[in-house]
Amino acid sequence: MRKEKLSLNKWISMAEEKGQTLQEFLLDYNTEQLECTREELLVKMEEMLKVMEASIAFGLTGVRSHSGLTGGDAKKVKEASENGAFPDVLGAKVKDAMIYAMAVGECNAAMGRIVAAPTAGASGVLPGVFASLKEHCHLSERTLAEGLVVAGGIGLVIADRASLAGATGGCQAECGSAAAMAAGAAVAMLGGSPTQVGYAVAIAFKNVLGLVCDPVAGLVEVPCIKRNGSCAVQALTAAELALAGITSFIPADEAIDAMKSVGDSLPCAFKETAGGGMATTPTALAWAKKYFS
Amino acid sequence: MDIIDIIGPVMIGPSSSHTAGAVRLGRMAAGVLGAQPVKAEIYLHGSFAETYKGHGTDMALLAGLMSWETYDERIPKAEDYAQKAGMKYSFQKVDLGSMIHPNTALFHLEDAAGNKCEVSGASIGGGQVKITSIDGFDVELTGRLPAILTVHEDVRGVIALVSGTLANIGVNIATMRVFRHNKGGTASMIVECDDKVPQVIVDLIGAFPQVRSVRFINSVL
Repeated sequence: MRKEKLSLNKWISMAEEKGQTLQEFLLDYNTEQLECTREELLVKMEEMLKVMEASIAFGLTGVRSHSGLTGGDAKKVKEASENGAFPDVLGAKVKDAMIYAMAVGECNAAMGRIVAAPTAGASGVLPGVFASLKEHCHLSERTLAEGLVVAGGIGLVIADRASLAGATGGCQAECGSAAAMAAGAAVAMLGGSPTQVGYAVAIAFKNVLGLVCDPVAGLVEVPCIKRNGSCAVQALTAAELALAGITSFIPADEAIDAMKSVGDSLPCAFKETAGGGMATTPTALAWAKKYFS
Repeated sequence: MDIIDIIGPVMIGPSSSHTAGAVRLGRMAAGVLGAQPVKAEIYLHGSFAETYKGHGTDMALLAGLMSWETYDERIPKAEDYAQKAGMKYSFQKVDLGSMIHPNTALFHLEDAAGNKCEVSGASIGGGQVKITSIDGFDVELTGRLPAILTVHEDVRGVIALVSGTLANIGVNIATMRVFRHNKGGTASMIVECDDKVPQVIVDLIGAFPQVRSVRFINSVL
């Protein structure tokens, strides 16, 4: 007998019926799965948050990758915005999420320590969103840890119904999934209902559907680092809409399934093989040839 | 899969398959040898051969051979540490054929006592690994659980001897696979256990006359 796929919409209905927040519901679900206490799971999540903050701090020192292709951008944006050299474009909350996400991407490319949540290539999105909301919305460590449980729960459903690997589903499955996880978590942490979390997930996927995985020279640098920054912004966009009461016509599960079907239809060239997209532009090919020779 | 797999692992970047998976492959290879190698010839196939430089795969493999964890911040400096430890190592590109997984490494290892082994394995995505061959035997070892690996004579009763020994000390067998070159010839067995197997028990299994060699390989996940 085939196992029924995990369903975010089912979890949302169950939580709403019980009058629980999605944090409460997913804490129960995951502690049962892991056979551990709530305290143990939340302490583990707090440890992950500490690593994420350390990755941001390391990235913000302006580190460069071993290949020399990338690095220093997060620091540069932060300094430029602090200097007030140009009019404020994004606003502090969104800008910091983007900067922190890129900082983690640069930390990762420089062989620094990261939490692969959901993957190494997309490891900047969650820290970016979480650190910015912590700073600007004054969220407690406990609230953030609970938010990470929500992000993880969303990730579990995506992994079960679709995939979190760029090699399987393209960048929409990596940075895109990270955006959906962060969007849902942000809504939950800012007091949104389980139903609103579902809408945020669906909206986030709508906005990243079709994103290909096309790393220059096969390295997790170009365009991965900026994609982390941009997907952190996508996450906050989806969260803002959902919190404002905007609904998604397509339910979360179906949005995830749509992501899978797009991923399945993507040619191999767009699945982490460096066989298409940015990776096969003349500039990328010339750089790769020089670097590997 | 559980939430800890999604929100984790903590690792040194940049790639779960080319960096974290490579650390685990190195650790398992060193585990098969049973000691930190003093000599390591490492052959890289497929994507490992093409992009190892940019992903720090070489440093990650050396880190693994020194039994470091995937989150060890010394990984970018693994070459320095290996050299200081007196390890002689080399990296060569190799084409093992199109049937072989693109992220495959083949290790020729030797320890200080002169023991040698040949191990090949693949990093199959998300940091998951699979050891595919040990000393010429095709095997399948994921590093998720502690395992015992035997090379023995293909005669009646060996499997019962090994499983009986483990049962006597209360170790539960999770999975078990038996391979052989030819009937009545050399065979091999991989027993993944739920618990670590004490060295005295490993030695006891090794003392059975039908068993030519036995190794304990700890989990790496």
